[in-house]
Amino acid sequence: MFEVSSDSIKTMNMIEAINSALDNMLERDDNVVILGEDIGYFGGVFRATANLQEKYGKRRVFDTPISENGIMGVAVGMGAYGMRPVPEIQFADYIYPGLDQIVSEAARMRYRSAADFISPLTIRTPFGGGIFGGQTHSQSPESLFTHMSGVKTIIPATPYDAKGLLISAIEDNDPVIFFEPKRIYNGPFTGYYDRPVEPWSKHDASQVPEGYYKIPLGKANVVREGEGLTILAYGTMVHVVEAVVKEQNIDADVIDLRTLLPLDIETIEASVQKTGRCLIVHEATRTSGFGAELSALVQERCFYHLEAPVERVTGFDTPYPHSLEWAYFPGPVRITTAIEKIMKD
Amino acid sequence: MLSDLNKQNLPRLNLHIPEPQFRPGDEADFSDIKIEEVGTTTRPEENVAPIDIQHMATGLIRVLDFDGHASGPWDPKLSSEIKLRMLREMVQVRIFDDRMFRAQRQGKTSFYMKCTGEEATSIAPALALADDDMVFPSYRQQGILLSRGYPMLDMMNQIYSNREDTLKGRQLPIMYSSSEHSFFSISGNLATQYPQAVGWAMASAAKQDTRIAAVWCGEGSTAEGDFHCALTFAAVYNAPVIFNVINNQWAISSFSGIAGGERATFAARGLGYGIASLRVDGNDPLAVYAATEWAANRARTNNGPTLIEHFTYRAEGHSTSDDPSSYRAAEEYAKWPLGDPLERLKQHLIGEGHWDEERHEALQQELDAQVRKTQKEAEKNGILGHGMHQEFETMFEDVFEEMPWHLKEQMELSLAEKESKFSTKKKSQKGTSNV
Repeated sequence: MFEVSSDSIKTMNMIEAINSALDNMLERDDNVVILGEDIGYFGGVFRATANLQEKYGKRRVFDTPISENGIMGVAVGMGAYGMRPVPEIQFADYIYPGLDQIVSEAARMRYRSAADFISPLTIRTPFGGGIFGGQTHSQSPESLFTHMSGVKTIIPATPYDAKGLLISAIEDNDPVIFFEPKRIYNGPFTGYYDRPVEPWSKHDASQVPEGYYKIPLGKANVVREGEGLTILAYGTMVHVVEAVVKEQNIDADVIDLRTLLPLDIETIEASVQKTGRCLIVHEATRTSGFGAELSALVQERCFYHLEAPVERVTGFDTPYPHSLEWAYFPGPVRITTAIEKIMKD
Repeated sequence: MLSDLNKQNLPRLNLHIPEPQFRPGDEADFSDIKIEEVGTTTRPEENVAPIDIQHMATGLIRVLDFDGHASGPWDPKLSSEIKLRMLREMVQVRIFDDRMFRAQRQGKTSFYMKCTGEEATSIAPALALADDDMVFPSYRQQGILLSRGYPMLDMMNQIYSNREDTLKGRQLPIMYSSSEHSFFSISGNLATQYPQAVGWAMASAAKQDTRIAAVWCGEGSTAEGDFHCALTFAAVYNAPVIFNVINNQWAISSFSGIAGGERATFAARGLGYGIASLRVDGNDPLAVYAATEWAANRARTNNGPTLIEHFTYRAEGHSTSDDPSSYRAAEEYAKWPLGDPLERLKQHLIGEGHWDEERHEALQQELDAQVRKTQKEAEKNGILGHGMHQEFETMFEDVFEEMPWHLKEQMELSLAEKESKFSTKKKSQKGTSNV
């Protein structure tokens, strides 16, 4: 399914895996350029671009003014020239000033020009809560991007996936938004904020080849197989769900979607048709969240297989609070309650 | 701290809402507009520091006086061949605009925008730039496309969204795209092309290319955030880009004061960014050529970006969708102190002995015949609203390079609708013709 070069495997956390993907792509393709706030000399506020400017020079990896509008507009222009820009938006919460350039420009370029011009951008941005980021450093705006036409939306859940998906995204000729779940940059998260953090090194998916490999966009990953229930999740929530399922010995298919658009509908359908029950878990606000789309799709395609209503576990429809972060977060309690409800019928 | 008592003695604050000098029914009088004499504006070296030419953001570069004589340091001293070509292309785009405007009025398409009175601001730069310099137009630079040899038939096919439209009927009329002619895809959203042009220019510089970028917007859209971040990025990276601001006085019904024109010239917007800023008589084709040439030389020699305000007047409505007589004085264009760019160039060429009224008349007839002939040809490929000219599949193509499953499903739905709703079999049974 994926192309792996025969070279050394290293233990990497998600930041290191992303850095390695960028390093490989800068090396392989002269048209790859990285731009963003603090990403050059400093290497990014989360260190995702550490040492890349030193290695590839300032023309390939450079700091930008604090203007997401400018970053996106300039990236679209560089893409039109023939480059393959990988802009970083420091936090997904900052993406809104650049939204018009994404929605009206990058996403429409191929269509409006009948492929005369394209926007092969990969927009990397850390998203999600769990780091006490308050309302402006915690948001999950993925459904804004799946709702517009013309952008692919990717969310990795492990270092191994992050690297393989990022390389595929950069090589893709359409604009891709690549959301990085920042809570799990350094280790998978069980949802128990008061328990010790486990590093990635204890997880199989931290074994990442140093060389180039790809994971295809649009393919989900079944991380755990079961018969009684299908749980759809992505990003941080994959690990929270896994922890709940493991601790409570729940017989569930746990599907890490990896790509929200284009969605791997086949994997979802096959699983729900097998289990007859479906729980959707995301951290983003509930109303018009991506869970609503998933719920509708499952209902449309698997209605006669369903034995219980599709359930959603999500963040609340409020801004992400600072001190009440763990009351907001859709953690093990909310997930367990939903599983109990769905299994009762 | 101001006590409540003292506050009572203060004048009440007043919110200023700009109003144009003249509205319908008023007599337009532009005698307060300061027009510099030809020859008074010096021409600095192309590597000059922006701070040393700040005065040029409030001056007015001119070459042609109102008798058609060219003089002064900005005279580009063009050959008569180039000037005749310039005239020909200006006449051509004016006739083209008239025919296409009329076609919209005849119900053959949804929308059209003329560049009447502003022809110099696209034709002259097109001739001053290299053909492979990338232009990021706004919606009134059709002159560039014609000047670069893009087929007029293709432009008309696009305007009619017909079966030969290279953009597959997806875009509003006049939103052309031609990478082959280094003419960037036009967006309907204003000023978005500004930072894109900077990005393209940065890429060109990073690749050690020799091509530069040029971008256009109106004075109204200088208020957009895109305009300002573009200037910031261009200044930061010393990008080889030319920013053209076409100050044609009107943004649909809003006069330039609504964009800040009461406080400063639009060229002056470049000063705070440290960008060389010129203000040029936009109805003087030779001055526009000279300013573009100066800026292009500056960009090409790594001396950075230039902002050029083209001071001109929008002779017609914003588009086919507005009636200018409902918001501005009727005689404004007739009273505009900088005249008609086409007439001014014609007068200049006649004065120099390269042209005369007879030849001009013959040129107009020739181009009118060419435009009409092309129009007939384009209409054979269909006009908007008279039949659906594209296959339904094309609606779903090019959203992505490869069509994902959800679009394929929606395409199937659309094709099924076509069968049931638009089936030619059914229609003919009912005796109706077109959809």
